[in-house]
Amino acid sequence: MANIGADPIAASSPGHVFDGLLSNRDLLQMYRTMRLSRALDERIWMLNRQGKAAIAASAQGHEAAQAGTIFATDPARDRYLIYYRQLTAMLCLGTTPVEMLKQFLARDGEIMSNARQFPLHGSHPRVDLFSFSNVVGTQLPQAVGVALADKMKRRDAVTIVFFGDGAASQGDCHEAMNFAGIHKVPVVFLCENNRYAISVPLKQQMPIESIAARASAYNIPGTEVDGTDIIASYEAVSEAVTRARSGNGASLVELTVERLLPHTTDDDHTRYRSPEDIEQMKKRDPLPVTEAILRRHGIIDDEINREILDWARREVDDATHIAESTPFPPAPEMYHGLFADDSEEIDRA
Amino acid sequence: MAKITVKLPQVGESVTEAVIQKWLVAPGDAIRRYDPLVEVITDKVNMEVPAPIDGTLIKPLVAEGETIKMGTPIAEIETSSESILPDDTTPKLLDASPNDQTASRIGSMIVGANVGPTGGEFIDTSLQSEPQPPQIDEPSRPPIYERKRTQDKSRDRRYSPVVLRLAKLHRIDLAEVQGSGQGERVTKRDLEAYIASRAAHHSPPQDELIRPSPIRRMIAENMSQSRSEIPHAWAAIEVDVTRLVKYRNAEMGRVAETTGNRLTYLHIILWHVAAALKSHRPLNASWDDGSIVLKGNVNIGIAVAASDGLIVPVLRNADRLNINDTVSETARLVEAARTGRLGVHDVQGGTFTLNNTGALGSVWGGAIINYPQAAILTTESIVKRPAVVSGPDGEDVIAIRSMMNMCLSFDHRVIDGAEAMAFLNDIKNRLESISLEANR
Amino acid sequence: MTVVESIRETIREEMRRDSDIFIMGEDIGPRGGVFLATGGLADEFGEERVIDTPLAESSIAGIALGAAVNGMRPIAEIQFADFVWPAINQLVGEAAKVRYGTAGRKFAPMTVRVPYGGGVRGGLYHSQSIEVLFAHTPGLKVVAPATPYDARGLLRSAIRADDPVIFLEHKRTYRLVRGEVPDQEYTEPIGRADIKRAGRDLTLITYGLMLHYSLQAAETVSASDGIGVEVIDLRTLRPIDSEPILESVARTGRALIVQEDTPAVSVSSEISAIIAQHAFFDLDAPVMRVAPPELPPMPFTPLQEAEFMPSPAKIATAIRHLSEL
Repeated sequence: MANIGADPIAASSPGHVFDGLLSNRDLLQMYRTMRLSRALDERIWMLNRQGKAAIAASAQGHEAAQAGTIFATDPARDRYLIYYRQLTAMLCLGTTPVEMLKQFLARDGEIMSNARQFPLHGSHPRVDLFSFSNVVGTQLPQAVGVALADKMKRRDAVTIVFFGDGAASQGDCHEAMNFAGIHKVPVVFLCENNRYAISVPLKQQMPIESIAARASAYNIPGTEVDGTDIIASYEAVSEAVTRARSGNGASLVELTVERLLPHTTDDDHTRYRSPEDIEQMKKRDPLPVTEAILRRHGIIDDEINREILDWARREVDDATHIAESTPFPPAPEMYHGLFADDSEEIDRA
Repeated sequence: MAKITVKLPQVGESVTEAVIQKWLVAPGDAIRRYDPLVEVITDKVNMEVPAPIDGTLIKPLVAEGETIKMGTPIAEIETSSESILPDDTTPKLLDASPNDQTASRIGSMIVGANVGPTGGEFIDTSLQSEPQPPQIDEPSRPPIYERKRTQDKSRDRRYSPVVLRLAKLHRIDLAEVQGSGQGERVTKRDLEAYIASRAAHHSPPQDELIRPSPIRRMIAENMSQSRSEIPHAWAAIEVDVTRLVKYRNAEMGRVAETTGNRLTYLHIILWHVAAALKSHRPLNASWDDGSIVLKGNVNIGIAVAASDGLIVPVLRNADRLNINDTVSETARLVEAARTGRLGVHDVQGGTFTLNNTGALGSVWGGAIINYPQAAILTTESIVKRPAVVSGPDGEDVIAIRSMMNMCLSFDHRVIDGAEAMAFLNDIKNRLESISLEANR
Repeated sequence: MTVVESIRETIREEMRRDSDIFIMGEDIGPRGGVFLATGGLADEFGEERVIDTPLAESSIAGIALGAAVNGMRPIAEIQFADFVWPAINQLVGEAAKVRYGTAGRKFAPMTVRVPYGGGVRGGLYHSQSIEVLFAHTPGLKVVAPATPYDARGLLRSAIRADDPVIFLEHKRTYRLVRGEVPDQEYTEPIGRADIKRAGRDLTLITYGLMLHYSLQAAETVSASDGIGVEVIDLRTLRPIDSEPILESVARTGRALIVQEDTPAVSVSSEISAIIAQHAFFDLDAPVMRVAPPELPPMPFTPLQEAEFMPSPAKIATAIRHLSEL
């Protein structure tokens, strides 16, 4: 198995190709993408502290949940509505570090919105993926609509919609699941529960501990899984995707994760999390957990792991250089593309 | 005691008729208001219609099982009550539409037709008896812009932006203008009237600056372009139109009868010019960036003096029209041009222009070509003149003939003098040999 | 044909033409919608294309948006404009920004039909005019036809447009206004006003039910005072077609704006600004407005409702007043 890891770069770029099985090769690729995500995430945080990246929401702690989820889907036909904490998912879908860094640095040619929007908002040139808004939860009814269209057109696409525990409190969450339950639309509601809506802990967000428990109210399956366990995450999502693809409708999968960093670069969680809480959650960092799984299965050893870490570092260094030397989009570009008919004049006060 | 007629009330949206299922009260029975009177079935609801008033049922007016329209009288009740029945709820048309042809497109309001607050039926009476307008301009709530006004005399000298602009343009001292607005304010109309009267009476005359109308500007641009781009050349010919005059006088009655229009010289000449253009194709052409385009269709523009300027409606496929159609279509175009009702289609695609300057008394002219066409023909005044003609025995005699000049301006890049004269002679021959039978 | 019939038949024809079109909303199925704007469509097209939704406006808009982004052409009905507030986030916050926020890669060809307006004894929650919320939003097109002819032509354009269109239907015009509608498949362009009556003395700008009240007032003052009122029907509230307004004001020098919505920060405010900026030197009198008082629309009890609503008589009074200045 060791030779698979010897050429990490060749295996990294195209993103995940779905074959319906979880192979050792898949596990290796998931792990490497998680390492790349972590290295990139740390770099972005630093770019913020240098005053170069205006804002960032970190995916640290969510990596295994996102990698396990994406590898259980088929990017060639499935559709993704993401939210802002999904760097690992983006990389698993084949987005490159340069493409990601241009989002955080708002550079010309940024792939999702040409830097009109915050990072991770807009759409994707190669995967059917979008995220319009910063208002949490709006993507849930939208995802139901996307899936409804596929159901009406008899297409076998499944829609995966990501949301956090914070968004679960929105009315849109209820409305979306309710409609999906009634009409059996092929959607997977994927909640990454990190127990904090910015600073508000779960017990002040809802009187229950499991968001998945709500599924029964919509007559859909609800599963709560440890989102730091990459194999458990993969299997839970895989089952939900299979169910949707075979015409049996929606599922709710709750992956419990840790948010290792504050909500965003503008937040400081030591103001609202106890030192004990912070110490406890660090023990649930999915990277060492996943590394241990791969070592146990003999997929990686010290040498391969070292190569992966070096490779991730190089990738991030190169990408930073390219992204930082890309100019910003010119100001007049903002006047284009409000409507299909671009000739309509924009009033410039 | 009074007798009232109960009508089947309008219930349910878009319900137009109902079946009388069962009378629940027998003739002669007393009934109380709101007691069920009759069972009714519609395509939407089955319901009991309540009595509208206390009284005695005289008789049902509709038998059970009968289908009737909503609003039909169904029963007579004798009553001593003074309760008031809703009267006629039949929708009435209230024509709120303006005069022109868009009226049907705008539609009209139907009195009494409305939806209820949540989509149900609602008998609406507000249009029938509108309350008198409340205090839109009452002193208690004056418009904001008036609040700041004082009784200061200077308010009389407040002028609107348009009045100030026009006064400056025409160099007018506004103190001299009598105002008809509130507080004798000078309005735009006052100023316009003042300017008009000053132009009529004042001396010495002053230069006046006029902003040309859009049509005037278009004409100006077209003329300038034509004169600057097209090398104009001119030719003219004298035509004996005595036969044309006779023909026209003889045909007027027939044409009026068949087309409803007055036959004019222009119509007849137009018809012959169209025929001539078919065999003189360079006259029906244009110079297009180094090439000559011989036009497939003969679309003759007719210069018309409209109120706001020259306008040239186009008689399409003029060579394919018979004389009656030529008359009708030309009359339509000229009328439309004068009343400003031409469609875009009516002014596009001209390939040649005819300008009847004779109608204005002109006897000679060098017209500017209607760009990008290749030629324009003017027909001048018909005047009686002594002319030398052949007598009965072939000898020369002096006769009084109706004569008309035709002047042609042509694009010398496309047409040479010989071709131009051949065209003019062709028309001349056609007009001089006109006969009463020829054009039928 | 009435306005509501015109809308229903247009939806029917468009659904026959294009299988990507489906409709969704509250009670629009077998019930045919509370105004019967979708009457008979469930029978013809089945429940998959005529979806009766839960009473949940946010998801009606959000689901329509998702389906639109994924290739469908949904027509969502918000039962009453007064209930549109929960959907504002999905429409103003989301749908309006889809194309712009994805640099053109995603777009939302959706139509949201919103019955609005008062004069139907609707009280505070069945009478509201909500147009300004949408008309303020870049990325939306807002249409408010007043006649069966315009409703048909503009609804076709809205359904066929590749961007979200808020289609406002004045409830009171539904069965109040009857007019001719040609059989042929015509469209009316979004973003074009229409001069519904020519006149030389005063320009009246309006839309919706107030068009009909204004035309009636114009006839009245023409007969009684000889005032020639030019009536411009905006038809589209975003983008506003300013050309015919400015052209008309240049001729008349006087502008009156009539609306049923309360006046502060409204469509009439915008038109006033356009006239002030671009036709100032043509003005012969202040721009004036006929609009309701600044109160929540509108009391349920009839005398107060009538006091609140502009009427042909109030409009005629304002026309006379403005003409005499």
